[in-house]
Amino acid sequence: MSLSRKTALVGVYEHPTRFAPDKSMYQIMAESVSGALQDAGLTIKDIDGLCTAGMGMGPMGIVGFCDYMNLTPNFVDGTNIGGSSFVAHTAHAAAAINAGLCEVAVIVYGSTAASGRFAIGTGGGGGGGDPCDQYEFPFGPTTVGAYAMIAQRHMYDYGTTPEQLAEIAVTMRLHASMNPLAKYRDPITVEDVLASRVISSPLHLLDCCIISDGGGALVVTSAERARDLKKKPAYILGAGETVRHAARGQRDFLEIAAAQSGRLAFERAGVSHKDIDMAMIYDSFTITVLTTLENLGFCKRGEGGAFVSGGRLRYDGDFPINTDGGGLSSNHPGMRGMFLVIEAVKQLRGECGPRQVKDCKIALAHGTGGALGTRHSGATLILTNQ
Amino acid sequence: MPQERDKKRYAKPLPHIDEENRPWWEAVQRHELYIQKCRDCGDLRFHPRALCTNCLSSNTEWVKCKGSGRIYTFTVTNQNQASGFRDSLPYVLAWVQLDEGPKLMTNIVDCPPERVKIDMPVEAVFDDVTPEVTLVKFRPATARS
Repeated sequence: MSLSRKTALVGVYEHPTRFAPDKSMYQIMAESVSGALQDAGLTIKDIDGLCTAGMGMGPMGIVGFCDYMNLTPNFVDGTNIGGSSFVAHTAHAAAAINAGLCEVAVIVYGSTAASGRFAIGTGGGGGGGDPCDQYEFPFGPTTVGAYAMIAQRHMYDYGTTPEQLAEIAVTMRLHASMNPLAKYRDPITVEDVLASRVISSPLHLLDCCIISDGGGALVVTSAERARDLKKKPAYILGAGETVRHAARGQRDFLEIAAAQSGRLAFERAGVSHKDIDMAMIYDSFTITVLTTLENLGFCKRGEGGAFVSGGRLRYDGDFPINTDGGGLSSNHPGMRGMFLVIEAVKQLRGECGPRQVKDCKIALAHGTGGALGTRHSGATLILTNQ
Repeated sequence: MPQERDKKRYAKPLPHIDEENRPWWEAVQRHELYIQKCRDCGDLRFHPRALCTNCLSSNTEWVKCKGSGRIYTFTVTNQNQASGFRDSLPYVLAWVQLDEGPKLMTNIVDCPPERVKIDMPVEAVFDDVTPEVTLVKFRPATARS
């Protein structure tokens, strides 16, 4: 059953905060819900579906959030597959609405990762309880380290260079300079990236996303209801999701979840790669962008280094990505998938001011959750304003 | 390279050993490395599990490994705030591919980090980090390098 154009994103809100020691995670979430409902022209009484996931929530966090907001929705989805969760939630909400389980679903995230001083990337002391963890945590895998091992292998197999990875960070900073909400807005150069300290080889400090507070929310409803609302709808064309892991010790580590989730999303959307006007690609690290673009099929495996070079990824380039400045420069409150969808919708509406991509009709968002070098999820979403 | 066992208390995380994985951890304590092979379909697997992930058979053979392999990928970790690790920076985290096929996460030891390379032949070293737990790490192969 195709979901194509049956549902739409009708409200989005990116919380402006980047550092909020005076607010709880729940307050940021509530303010985000309020912002997205106002954007859609809806009220809290319209919500009958709720999706969320978070780093600071308990195992039944979605129920706790419904308590905090005094919500009793007909559909709940607390799927937590890391930073990609909100991209997956959007597809789940669309499917639920299409199946008649609810009519107006809100997807929300909030975090005080920065003011709470979470060592997200370099706190690999872990001690997780899953069977796989017992064979990994004793050796000190940090999040940065797990991605760094992908970069190291990519460089070995294909001659990808630190300069090529650095250009991704430079482009994200250029975009951040045009986003008044972005945390870091001063331009950087390839030399700046290469001169920054090596956190986990071959990744430098400026190859890594920042840590901020923040939050956001999305409103999804049927295409029919979307027609009467305030903003131009961003229709959901197709979506896909999956996971990759050590595969009982037999994984090809440069094949990531995006290969499968992307293929599914393109098949379901009925569009091809050349139809995509801009993309939001989870940029936890520069290498995340490069391998994701390869695995989504925008270039062949091994050609990512050349593909990301020469300004192609700039807002005014041949293949614009992450026009908000991404996790590398705008914000990264722990789980960033939320902001991929928000910026894609804003681009489709033409709301992006100086960083607006011209004639943006079809946008793709791809979230990665977890770590490419150990186990992770991938969720792909294709949207259109047509 | 300074070893944690020289300290009074081992500060890094230790594995949770249960009835499903105990034979593997006990073998490692004897300085032997095993992977599992399904007796029904022949699929190899690491880490140890009760059921084959290919055919769900519980008919399992433990295959003793030579302890040799090659570095599949690695990273020199310069920053980790976690207890234990922050005192042993820099350290080398790696996936090693065993000659028998499966890859496992490990540390590369007895080698300056700047000399570690992908595809370098390595051999297992058994680090008795506590009286109860031994970890399988790897060092450059003496015979083959």
